[in-house]
Amino acid sequence: MKKFIAFIFFYLFTLSSLYASDTKLLSVKVDINNKEALQRGAQFYMNYCSGCHALRYLRYNRMAQDLGLTTFDGQIDKTLLQNNLIFTQAKPQDPIEVSMPAESARQWFGRVPPDLSLTARERSPAWIYTYLKSFYADPKSPFHTNNLLIPDVSMPNVLAPLSGVNILRNPHTERKTLLLIENGTMTKQQFDQSIKDLVTFLTYVSEPIKPQRISLGLRVLPFLFLLLIVVYLLKKSLWKKLDGKL
Amino acid sequence: MKKIIQWIDDRFPLISTWKTHVSEYYAPKNFNFYYFFGSLALVVLANQLITGIWLTMFYTPTVSEAFSSVEYIMRDVNYGWLLRYMHSTGASAFFIVLYIHMYRGLLYGSYQKPRELLWLFGMVLFILIMAEAFFGYLLPWGQMSYWGAQVITSLIGAIPYVGDNLVIWLRGDYTIANATLQRFFALHVIGVPLLILMLVFFHLVALHKVGSNNPEGIEIKKQLGKDGKPLDGIPFHPYYTVKDAVALVLFLIGFFAVVFFAPDMGGFFLEHDNFTPANPMVTPDHIAPVWYMTPFYAILRAVPDKLLGIILMGSAIILLLFMPWLDRSPVHSMRYKGTYSRVALALFVCSFVTLGYLGMTSVTPLKQLLARAASALYFAYFLLMPFYSRFESHGIVPRRIKA
Repeated sequence: MKKFIAFIFFYLFTLSSLYASDTKLLSVKVDINNKEALQRGAQFYMNYCSGCHALRYLRYNRMAQDLGLTTFDGQIDKTLLQNNLIFTQAKPQDPIEVSMPAESARQWFGRVPPDLSLTARERSPAWIYTYLKSFYADPKSPFHTNNLLIPDVSMPNVLAPLSGVNILRNPHTERKTLLLIENGTMTKQQFDQSIKDLVTFLTYVSEPIKPQRISLGLRVLPFLFLLLIVVYLLKKSLWKKLDGKL
Repeated sequence: MKKIIQWIDDRFPLISTWKTHVSEYYAPKNFNFYYFFGSLALVVLANQLITGIWLTMFYTPTVSEAFSSVEYIMRDVNYGWLLRYMHSTGASAFFIVLYIHMYRGLLYGSYQKPRELLWLFGMVLFILIMAEAFFGYLLPWGQMSYWGAQVITSLIGAIPYVGDNLVIWLRGDYTIANATLQRFFALHVIGVPLLILMLVFFHLVALHKVGSNNPEGIEIKKQLGKDGKPLDGIPFHPYYTVKDAVALVLFLIGFFAVVFFAPDMGGFFLEHDNFTPANPMVTPDHIAPVWYMTPFYAILRAVPDKLLGIILMGSAIILLLFMPWLDRSPVHSMRYKGTYSRVALALFVCSFVTLGYLGMTSVTPLKQLLARAASALYFAYFLLMPFYSRFESHGIVPRRIKA
């Protein structure tokens, strides 16, 4: 049996070498247990993204609870939440919706900006990180910006005031790279850190129960290992009776 | 207590049923690793039924609500995420267990006389479970749910004359739409599960009539002791119930490791594209079924003609039904079969794994060639079996199972 499994794995490994990956995503390490990063990410999201992109599968109060916006008795701090993170008429228990009418969005951008609740699971955190760092100035497009990861993207580069303006360095070759020609209000390091915080926040949003899932798993699996010992000893003692017969 | 049992037994064959099927059901003493997967399949089925009932309580089968209701289960329902991950992981676990269970059958000749009907019931179960998985996959109403169902139902359209009308009749609309979602929901939660339960019952009754095969392929019922019990058999309960319990806990460790620490399994158990709601206006770049369907999907894609592809994909499954009559070898187990059978089975496993891998990836000319070669091997295993299994030299099967 072991040989059989080893064989299957070896075989799949050989097969997978046929598969040439063409993704060139930047790597990013996110830690969804880092509360400060999550809070900074949420702040960045509410300031720069929430005008157009909803997080309709997350409620404000759930976010406040998970991000540690709580008072000493563990209740969510509604004032803190409402003054800093809710920019609409929403109540704390409401989902994070946008106030931009869908019809206007279609006229302005050609489509309704997607909900980002699950983007980190659909595309991966590295994808979001790369995407937000891949905007460049392109006079030919309607908003004068374009993106390496999604050519002719309909989203304007709303982060340009922070990151500065990039242009394509070698537009006619296969490996296109970007060149910064105008500084923004953030240094490259600050900008990268902010994007990383934002990606951390969006990763949390894509599966808010993840910490709960891991912690329950860390309790269930040791129990199962203990159960395994008990059941195995039971089996051994019962099968002893068969010693002569086997 | 005794009185209560007596009262019941006067009205219902309680004790005799327990004896025939559990405490005095004699199973061969030499079961190995592969023999755990039958009982594990039962456990996974129970898991699917129980978690499924709870998911049904919170799920809404309409186009506008389905995707959101799944996220509602994942975020707002207490332990809804656990139920959903157990259900989605259970679907993949079901196929892992079944594929090993079926491989065991091929390895030890468990389909041969007198177990033909047992094998047929099992194969019908396999087809039903594939249908169940297909119907269930539409319910989250993600992009891959939608486009997967769109592609698979459109296959019916290749049937000459009636195809197009048949597709509309099946979908209840011109595309996959609300009507389709609701009928798939009905079939997934009640129609197919009832059939599955009935077939599981038949499968077990047939098994207990003919008795289990074993790795040696020796019929234990041919060597009875003075008491009329098989000499090489041991009572199923308590020996195999307790042995299966060990396997069950081991299985649960693996199962819950996935549920708690890697419920997506890197996109194999929950596909990335399914985290975005179905959008009939945007076709994904790459439509692929979940891993357990990919071997058959690869066969379909390997054939240039649509109708022929569907026929071959269907016969890839149907051919398994004919195993009892394709295998002409007088011995059951691979331990006593000849070199041809062993090589054939090894090549068959290779072709199945290759097809499974190719079905997940996008087509290139090289991969297309490989898929065709693997499909040819897949069919050769079955179609050449009557010849190689008959004419090869085989070992002599002992009368008793060695200690």
